[in-house]
Amino acid sequence: MGDSAYSFSLTTFSRTGKLLQIEYALNAVANGRTSLGLCTKDGVVIATDKKLSSSLVDVEHVHKVEQVTPACGFVYSGVGPDYRVLVRKARKSSQSYNLQYGEVQPISQLVKQTASVMQEYTQSGGVRPFGVSLLVAGADGDGTPRLYQVDPSGAYFGWKATAIGKNYVNAKNFLEKRYQDDMELEDAIHTALLTLREGFEGEMNCKNIEVGVLRDGKFSVLTPAQIQDYLDEAN
Amino acid sequence: MSILEYNGAAMIAMAGKNCVGIAADRRLGMQAQTVSTNFQKVFPMGDKLYVGLAGLASDVQTLHQLLEYRLSLYELNEERKMSPQVFSTLLSNVLYSKRFGPYFIEPIVAGLDKDNKPVLSGSDLIGASVSTDDFVVSGTCTGNLFGMCETLYKPDMDPDQLFETLAQALLASVDRDALSGWGGVVHIITPTGVMTKELKGRQD
Repeated sequence: MGDSAYSFSLTTFSRTGKLLQIEYALNAVANGRTSLGLCTKDGVVIATDKKLSSSLVDVEHVHKVEQVTPACGFVYSGVGPDYRVLVRKARKSSQSYNLQYGEVQPISQLVKQTASVMQEYTQSGGVRPFGVSLLVAGADGDGTPRLYQVDPSGAYFGWKATAIGKNYVNAKNFLEKRYQDDMELEDAIHTALLTLREGFEGEMNCKNIEVGVLRDGKFSVLTPAQIQDYLDEAN
Repeated sequence: MSILEYNGAAMIAMAGKNCVGIAADRRLGMQAQTVSTNFQKVFPMGDKLYVGLAGLASDVQTLHQLLEYRLSLYELNEERKMSPQVFSTLLSNVLYSKRFGPYFIEPIVAGLDKDNKPVLSGSDLIGASVSTDDFVVSGTCTGNLFGMCETLYKPDMDPDQLFETLAQALLASVDRDALSGWGGVVHIITPTGVMTKELKGRQD
């Protein structure tokens, strides 16, 4: 990795015990477009703001919510190209798991694997940390729906509901007020859309957001038509 | 002389009604010479999963340790028990990973899945596996074993019937094979526990 002149780790401790490269990576995340997720007992929803720099961009061919296994999906806030690398690595490793064990990789193992990759990039020669935080929605080994956040440091957390990126403070407050432990998936999808709309700059429609849903142990990305149905119900 | 016949073995796994049984002989030989009469060839991999390893004794022991290692790591990382189907797939992959320098083992797997339904599978030394709902056999007298099982097997036996069938099938098969026998052991796995019995047969 890198040539011999850069065989040392670029992520080094400061005097105060901080890893500044990771802090700066977290800044890159906080400047990224908002993403959020909610986990209920019958499913998980993740969503993101897909607004792009110009109306000339063909937004339908930009994918932020991505399926990684039949039972797991990712969304991110931060640096898009770094995200694509992680999605690729995660897909490859979950296929490897499936080859070994004949089963779909449970979310707990996928998250540990991905987090481990992100941690490696904070302790290897000639590389920098990934500039993304991930929200991972998926089913665990026993079928339970789960939502995880994975940070550039490789730290991961399980959440009932959370938000990352630009507007995350307001979004999290909004979620905290609205979240109920006995929520159902359909309510969660509505709440996710309402939360996303709260901090949205301009008009939110089915083309400038992306939504992924884990339902009955299967992850899928909603089509613009499906998103429009939910938006119509909300109005 | 084939290396798979150096030490000698005979084993059967058979399904009953909400139970499975696995039986094996006890002989360890070095060709004609008998060296041990209580050599273990069937190993518990959890309370509802047993694996029988027939073939070269050194590989029996090494593969058992390797499978324990893989199973333990899985259960620690995943915080759940490994199901028999996953174990079977894992075993198949472990064997194939040594495709051009294989373990000289032809294993059989017997267990109950999470709904307590019988799971049976067998494989060759390079991981080609089969899954059945009646019985699987392995060892140096598979001809005899297949004949006995095909004759004595009937579906939906209860644990006691299954024990009798396994015991009779094994003992009759090993008597016509010089390399297997010298006693036997039978494990019957039910949703409530495992019943293990030693068999006393012809000690020759």
